[in-house]
Amino acid sequence: MENQQKLIHTFGALAELGSEVAQKQNFQEMMRTSLHLLLGSLAIMRGGIARYSRFGHELNMLVVRGMGDDFPLGLNLCYEDERQFLANGLFPIEVAEAKVLPFFQIYDRSFEKKRVELLVPLVIRDEMVGVILLGEKANGEPYSSYDKEIICAMARHIGVGIAQRNMLAELERRADENRRLYDDLRMTYKDTVKAFAKAIDCKDTYTEGHSVRVGKYSEIIAAELGWSNDQIEGAAVAGYLHDVGKLTVDRNIINAPYRINAKESAELNKHPAIGYEILLPIHHPYTDVPLAAKYHHERLDGRGYPDELEDREIPYIAKIVCLADSFDAMTTDRPYKRRRPANEVVEDLQRNAGKQFAPELVTAFCRGMLKEVTGETKDKRFRKLLGREYMEAEGITPLLQNALNGISPTSSLTLVSLD
Amino acid sequence: METTIDVPVQTSGETTTVYASDYLNKLSGEKIERECKRQLDAGCKTLVVNFAETEIVNSIGVSILLGVIDAASDAGAKIVFSDVNSDTTELFEMLGLTNHVTVMS
Repeated sequence: MENQQKLIHTFGALAELGSEVAQKQNFQEMMRTSLHLLLGSLAIMRGGIARYSRFGHELNMLVVRGMGDDFPLGLNLCYEDERQFLANGLFPIEVAEAKVLPFFQIYDRSFEKKRVELLVPLVIRDEMVGVILLGEKANGEPYSSYDKEIICAMARHIGVGIAQRNMLAELERRADENRRLYDDLRMTYKDTVKAFAKAIDCKDTYTEGHSVRVGKYSEIIAAELGWSNDQIEGAAVAGYLHDVGKLTVDRNIINAPYRINAKESAELNKHPAIGYEILLPIHHPYTDVPLAAKYHHERLDGRGYPDELEDREIPYIAKIVCLADSFDAMTTDRPYKRRRPANEVVEDLQRNAGKQFAPELVTAFCRGMLKEVTGETKDKRFRKLLGREYMEAEGITPLLQNALNGISPTSSLTLVSLD
Repeated sequence: METTIDVPVQTSGETTTVYASDYLNKLSGEKIERECKRQLDAGCKTLVVNFAETEIVNSIGVSILLGVIDAASDAGAKIVFSDVNSDTTELFEMLGLTNHVTVMS
């Protein structure tokens, strides 16, 4: 009868421990409960569970009961201790046998004071993950072989719990490392893109900084559209690289201080297709970058180049870059033309909404400008790109408001995902 | 004097009764152990743990009670388990808890 009750009690604890290890999310709580179940199943007066750190060769107490405040919370092991624990496997070691272990020489007094009787190395898949220390039983009897079997079974659950936790920590560490590597790669990509943009701009002395500005205007439009950070970054990259095809165009044509002739114009107009060819083999984090280069001179009314695409046929990213590109062309000095005043530029944008530019993009762009002019936003993105005086031109606020009210938002959208 | 905190406690002179109820069998039962230690630190010489509302005691409960026994031993106080049902008494005897406490049915 007594044996039957003992079996029910210990197996109840074993079952509970198994479910605890399988279900508990909170590691510390799982360890506390596990120690209670182990001590309570055989009425062991005191004990503790320590996790082994292979790198520090140290046992760190995760949870203790009845060991007192002066019991060391970290126990240093040496190679020989670890070797012997591994050779022993997951089976209790009597203190008398453990006395030969080097670490026991250091902590002998602490173990004796707390009447530690058993040490259980937690060896899981040939790896030592921890040790359980157990004190005397409440009935004062030595541990029987039955007790040791029960302890073994429970220790295996506890060891698996620690091994799982270690694995999770390792996965988290690797995920962090991957994230850092990815961030580094992204940073390298961005730096390369910016360097490319500068290289493109170097070919054209009159439009120095053009690609960088188009990148920034594209970024502003994407932000005004409420795109995600990744998508905004993609729009900026598309802007930075939209003229990459110009690298192959004769410098004399690009820098011609006069209106170029038809032959030269045909040569220059090849740059979108060439840009596309250059960018296509590159693995960009943003899929539409080559399309922006190829189609940024297309117009909604089909009068653009190279393919005379119409509204819905034009990739959305190309529409954004087209607007940013045209705006920069209008607001910077060219060899044959001075920059146009802000009022004229806004009127031009409004007039060409639905013909050259997607209306909702003109709206987003004007809204961004208006927010800055009226002080609704503290950002000074336009001021930095255009200069303070340019942005403070007389009558610009009502003009922008008028443009926002006047542009029909009915253009059909050709949404191309940047994911 | 009746004090109502998380764990029901009744003190009369140097004797304090702590009511185990069903808290004992969960991790939250550690608060019973903390309350017992608090009473022992306050000078309690006889600590009674009352099991009138406790139907069964599982391994977690046993572990917590061992903690109480240990604390009482350190404090030099006497410990009594009262109103313990027959199954639980049998369990305490089998596990050797009765070597350290007086059990009253």
